[in-house]
Amino acid sequence: MKLVYFAWVRERIGKPEEEVDPPQSVATVSDLLRWLKTRGEEYENALQYPDVIRVAIDREHVDHREKVAGAREIALFPPMTGG
Amino acid sequence: MPGAVVPTVSIQREDFDIAAEIAKLTEGRADVGAVVTFSGLCRDEAGALSALELEHYPGMAEAEIGRIAAEATKRWPLQGLTAIHRYGKIEPGENIVLVVAASSHRHAAFEAASFLMDFLKSRAPFWKKEHRADGSEGGWVDAKEADEEAARRWKR
Repeated sequence: MKLVYFAWVRERIGKPEEEVDPPQSVATVSDLLRWLKTRGEEYENALQYPDVIRVAIDREHVDHREKVAGAREIALFPPMTGG
Repeated sequence: MPGAVVPTVSIQREDFDIAAEIAKLTEGRADVGAVVTFSGLCRDEAGALSALELEHYPGMAEAEIGRIAAEATKRWPLQGLTAIHRYGKIEPGENIVLVVAASSHRHAAFEAASFLMDFLKSRAPFWKKEHRADGSEGGWVDAKEADEEAARRWKR
């Protein structure tokens, strides 16, 4: 699946997007965040407080209980500050 | 249920012309009795800020503002609704966002514009980074609980 990152999540992870292949045990957004945190210091740093991370699947907001199966693009970003 | 209008949504780097956007909703028709516009500008925070850098999620920004605007057209009888949000580097005094709501009566136009702005603040995928006037590294602007609260008041 494709992951895309924005704002300080992007800066801390150090890249705007990547393809990942999470293990079968990753069923929900919550699982995905937990798994990503194990991938290195930059992920640990970006996802230290998973509760503040906002997530969109295929460009729609979802909560952390949402299933990730079938997702084409999952975006991780901080709370939004537009307007 | 009035026939819902199709909102106009634009995510763009360039500035917008407020009078021209109003004219697009009112020209050639005589049923619009009220137009409410809201424009949000970049402020300089008492001289401390030299610019804001607005990052957005291309594709989702249009889609999400479109969803919020469509909801507004369902809740209020509108004759037109426009939302424009800029991205990129924006200096103090420049426009960031525009909402124009046209209706037969002022109540619907005021409420729809307010609703759209409240949801846009907490749900449209944009993030502001500060450029400081003294050249030091500015940080990402923190989301405000007050903005979340403003969106919650429309829940029904």
